Amino acid sequence: MNWSLWAVIAGMAAVTFAIRYTLFGLGGRLRFAPRVQQALRHVPVAVLTAIVVPMVLLPDGRHWDLSWRNPWLAGALASAALALGTRKLLAAIAGGMAVYLLWRFGLGLR
Amino acid sequence: MDSIPSPSPPHPAGRSTEFFHGARDTLPLLLGAAPFGLIFGALASASPLGVAGALPMSALVFAGSAQFIALSLLGSGASVLVVVFTTLVVNLRHLLYAASLQPQMARLPQRWRVLLAFWLTDETFATVHHRYTRDDDAPFKHWYTAGSGAAMYLNWLGWTAAGAWLGAASPALTHLGLEFALVATFVGIVAPLLRERPGMAVALTAAAVALAGRDLPYKLGLMLAACAGVAVGVWMDGRRRPAPVGETR
Repeated sequence: MNWSLWAVIAGMAAVTFAIRYTLFGLGGRLRFAPRVQQALRHVPVAVLTAIVVPMVLLPDGRHWDLSWRNPWLAGALASAALALGTRKLLAAIAGGMAVYLLWRFGLGLR
Repeated sequence: MDSIPSPSPPHPAGRSTEFFHGARDTLPLLLGAAPFGLIFGALASASPLGVAGALPMSALVFAGSAQFIALSLLGSGASVLVVVFTTLVVNLRHLLYAASLQPQMARLPQRWRVLLAFWLTDETFATVHHRYTRDDDAPFKHWYTAGSGAAMYLNWLGWTAAGAWLGAASPALTHLGLEFALVATFVGIVAPLLRERPGMAVALTAAAVALAGRDLPYKLGLMLAACAGVAVGVWMDGRRRPAPVGETR
């Protein structure tokens, strides 16, 4: 491992701890306005969607693949359906993986 | 049957009882985090991070989704700054958890606050939040939080190590499509959130901006998409429930 990977770990550790600790450390001296709390509530959906959608729709990073033969798309749709249907994260992960692997290796699509 | 009601609850749970209960109540979430840790270790061993970097990252950062994203960023050759800044954005949700637990922390000494902040994860928050909403005057509740945090931490380290070992032993494993596990996990987290009102608009905005900006340098597309999504969410909140001025929580 070179220095830049250690820098990545150190930097990630620092920002993560800072986010988790700042409010604890200050005790009650800093509070968020309700509006800021409301805004923070949208962060997970916005960030996770922004990460996932390009990976699913452009599996090779360059070309759109909106066909049913796209294992990333099929797996993601299966995960979404299972998450909504069962409300169990583990089921969504396992089922999505199964569909992805079936598409990719079982059907030999890619 | 005792007829005299005791003035205080008969046995306020002791330190070790609280600690044990915290760990016990986290058990289902430990099972959920296990494959996640295993996959992280395996993917890390095949990434620039390598076997040697997987465990230090899990031990020092201890933030599953940020660690996964860091792997994919490192794989695409992103710089240190980009990875760290992306971690910041992805982990911002922990501010919410911290804000919610803050009243309980104010009475603890700083060393406890440091420890519990380091162990603050989605899973421990979910467990502890539940506990704090009932019987409020138990004296050793922070031991409950510590039990949950310690269990999550050891679980995460253990599965990361197992995954790294597995990935190193049979590198072919990582070409079996484990990289899809990240997508499956994130989709599983997000999909139920889309049912709540502005969720769908936030997601569609973030997706559109991420796709349009996918070729921008420094993962700027991701940052812009996150900001645009949050902005749309705030705007829709404002339209739905106008002017929360003077609202007290």
